[in-house]
Amino acid sequence: MQSFGAPTAVWWCRVADIVQGVRAYLLLAGMWVRATMTYRASFAMMTLSQFLVTFIDFAAILVMFSHVDSLGGFDLAEMALLYAASSLALGLADLLVGNCERLGRDVRSGSFDVMLIRPVPALVQVATNAFSLRRLGRIAQSAVVLGWSLGTLHIDWSPARVAMLLLSGVCGVLIFSAVFVLGGAFQFWAQDSAEVANAFTYGGNYLTQYPLSIYPGDVVKAVTFIVPVAFVNWYPLLYVLGRSVPGAMPDVLRFAAPVVAVVMCAVALLVWRRGLRRYQSTGS
Amino acid sequence: MTRSLSDARATGSLWCAVALRSYRRHSTYRVATLAGVVTNIAFGVISSYVFVTLWGQRPHLGGYDVVDAVTFTWIAQALLMPVAVWGGGFQEDFTERIRSGDIAIDLYRPTGLVPWWLASDLGRASFHFLARATPMIVAGALLFRLHYPPNPQRWAAFAVAAYLAVFVSFGLRFLVSLTAFWLLDSRGAEGIAAVLGIFCSGLVLPLVVFPSGLRQLLLHLPWAALVQTPADVWLGKTGGVVGTVSALGLELLWGLALLAAAYAVLRRANRRVVVQGG
Repeated sequence: MQSFGAPTAVWWCRVADIVQGVRAYLLLAGMWVRATMTYRASFAMMTLSQFLVTFIDFAAILVMFSHVDSLGGFDLAEMALLYAASSLALGLADLLVGNCERLGRDVRSGSFDVMLIRPVPALVQVATNAFSLRRLGRIAQSAVVLGWSLGTLHIDWSPARVAMLLLSGVCGVLIFSAVFVLGGAFQFWAQDSAEVANAFTYGGNYLTQYPLSIYPGDVVKAVTFIVPVAFVNWYPLLYVLGRSVPGAMPDVLRFAAPVVAVVMCAVALLVWRRGLRRYQSTGS
Repeated sequence: MTRSLSDARATGSLWCAVALRSYRRHSTYRVATLAGVVTNIAFGVISSYVFVTLWGQRPHLGGYDVVDAVTFTWIAQALLMPVAVWGGGFQEDFTERIRSGDIAIDLYRPTGLVPWWLASDLGRASFHFLARATPMIVAGALLFRLHYPPNPQRWAAFAVAAYLAVFVSFGLRFLVSLTAFWLLDSRGAEGIAAVLGIFCSGLVLPLVVFPSGLRQLLLHLPWAALVQTPADVWLGKTGGVVGTVSALGLELLWGLALLAAAYAVLRRANRRVVVQGG
């Protein structure tokens, strides 16, 4: 008869597994950071290019705002907030687990088989494979835009709004991370499908840089209920900006991001596990 | 005389063979091609709605109407892969050969390095025109109202502009890859080149809406040849025959200039070849 009150041995084992996983993650990531530092000039240029490449999207927004004062009812500072929150979430998720999008390549080359015989979770190994700090370029760029936006906007700050802003950041990272892992796991079934995942990660980022009020209702429904990237920035930040939800969606969605993030992560881990279980080597 | 003629014919058929095999090689990546089209369509749809909103508020921005702007974005998404606006194509294979030292073998082959990779890139581009660009235009046509070239001459001019775009892009990418002779890891330079390609070609936003000074500058740089010029030829924004021919001429001029630069850099790079191992 098992007691339900005290943590069981199984439970403790699971905690130990997670701690082990995190430790392995940090070790592997650190190793890759040292490795990339071998080619310093290239590393500096790569980080700079990441900074600039993500700045292009914002530069495009700036050029647009040289012709108009608002887009979809949102002014430049508000759009900058939406833009920065989405890009920051994507940047951090990309840093943490973005490498999952290259799973197909590891499967093809056979290096994924090697990962399976090592005593570290496969997901940790895939995520840290070729871990690169050049992704800080995107993160730094969105942080700059975020700072500018928060300094320019006149938000009536309350504890609830500050909490929502922070929560939005955490949920955004979790949602994009889940999408990255799902995109990776999908490659257990279709190895060459890496680019489809891009439609949801980078595409989701591109879509949410703009206020969702510019899209038709069906697009908004799709990014709310099917691929819920609207919860990365749009719904929670509407609350921070003190706005109600435009269009047909209920206002309560502004508070739903944490639920969506948890569900997305659970689904991603489940799908990853199923994919891993049915994985058969390419055999070549 | 006959000797040199048959030599020329043999060389010509060699480049055709290289291009054909490159075409076939890329045509084997079926799932990847489909996946790429799906992604490009997603970006095309998002970008279309952004432009519909922008041009809805400013109906004649940059001399485009809203249908021009939406057409532009689908042409840009269609050209993205064939023209390799942000890099790619032959680059990965080529820079890996420089890094590993295999390039030394290529250099004593009796075939020129530049035409070899150019032929291979044209083969790849031809496949991508068929499998990546055409579905994009079809998807754009099904989802939005677009403008089309009104006569066969303009379709032909667009085809020429699109191939010249590949030619200019090849020159840019080849020069970027040659930095691997000095840096070994050319990914940094490729990243910077991608930034320039995306921003200066009109891929994210047509160059016509940029502030006038910047617009004039960008329209005359080689990157404009990658997206803006072919799109303007399609939309009939280059004016009459003279305007269109001079737009194509500028593309050709940039292509040749970049090719000349590539040869010059390659001569210097030859002295830097390091054969590792042994």
